[in-house]
Amino acid sequence: MSTLQSFLIVSALLFGIGLTGVLTRRNAILVLLGIEFMLNAANLNFIAFWRFGPNPEALTGVMFALFAIAVAAAEAAVGLALVIAIYRHARTANLDAVEELKG
Amino acid sequence: MNSSSAAPFLLTLVFSVAVLTAMGGALIAVLSHRIIRSVCGLALCCLGLAGLYYFLRSPFLALMEILIYIGAVCVTIVFAVMLAEPDEPVPRAHRVGSLVWASVLAVAGVLLFWGLTRLTAQAPVTVPASRASDGSVAAIGLALLTTYGMAFEMISLVLLVAILGALAVARPGRHKP
Repeated sequence: MSTLQSFLIVSALLFGIGLTGVLTRRNAILVLLGIEFMLNAANLNFIAFWRFGPNPEALTGVMFALFAIAVAAAEAAVGLALVIAIYRHARTANLDAVEELKG
Repeated sequence: MNSSSAAPFLLTLVFSVAVLTAMGGALIAVLSHRIIRSVCGLALCCLGLAGLYYFLRSPFLALMEILIYIGAVCVTIVFAVMLAEPDEPVPRAHRVGSLVWASVLAVAGVLLFWGLTRLTAQAPVTVPASRASDGSVAAIGLALLTTYGMAFEMISLVLLVAILGALAVARPGRHKP
């Protein structure tokens, strides 16, 4: 059960769910959640390919995933600050309502 | 011996529980209408993913997943929900076109990953048993300080700029009570 393919299938399902969330939800926070799911799917791919790859002592996959997690945390902080700023300005976080940059 | 015959079944059980936790959390996050339930779904999904990382023999990364995603990202999102958008999203009345596009693109993404899976299935690779324990904290710390030292400093700079940027973006507009 613990083959590379099963991890890749899990990652593919997670990416599909995240992409569906990004494209169907209209709240900015939920769109950020979907992006987090897609980043997590990529991280799972990194770790699975590193573990089952031909050279697992180089720690490349772990480093890539660690840096991706750090960048995801930074992205969440800046994105949520933007959401809060937009909500203060436009009184809504609905992405259909906020459709022009110049307010 | 009894444990040698029970070990694969136990491993499969643990793997299935982790996968079901991750998938269930993701589905809760995408399908629920209240934002706070979506955040709880993200936390549940990250817990399942941490289990999968532990299953891939990188316990440090599982710890980081729980610490950063559940401890930092989910809490930040909860703060944003508290500050920004307390109400539910509007009911989707005439969004059939976007739903069609979303399903088409989701299927395309799944097909892309499925193709990658098939490509890797052409050359099956396995883990040699002698290398099974090299995801340790000591090895990761050594690699962070030697091989990946420059990237480590760069990511700390990125985090600093992100903190300053978040403060600069969210700060204006606040008034004294």
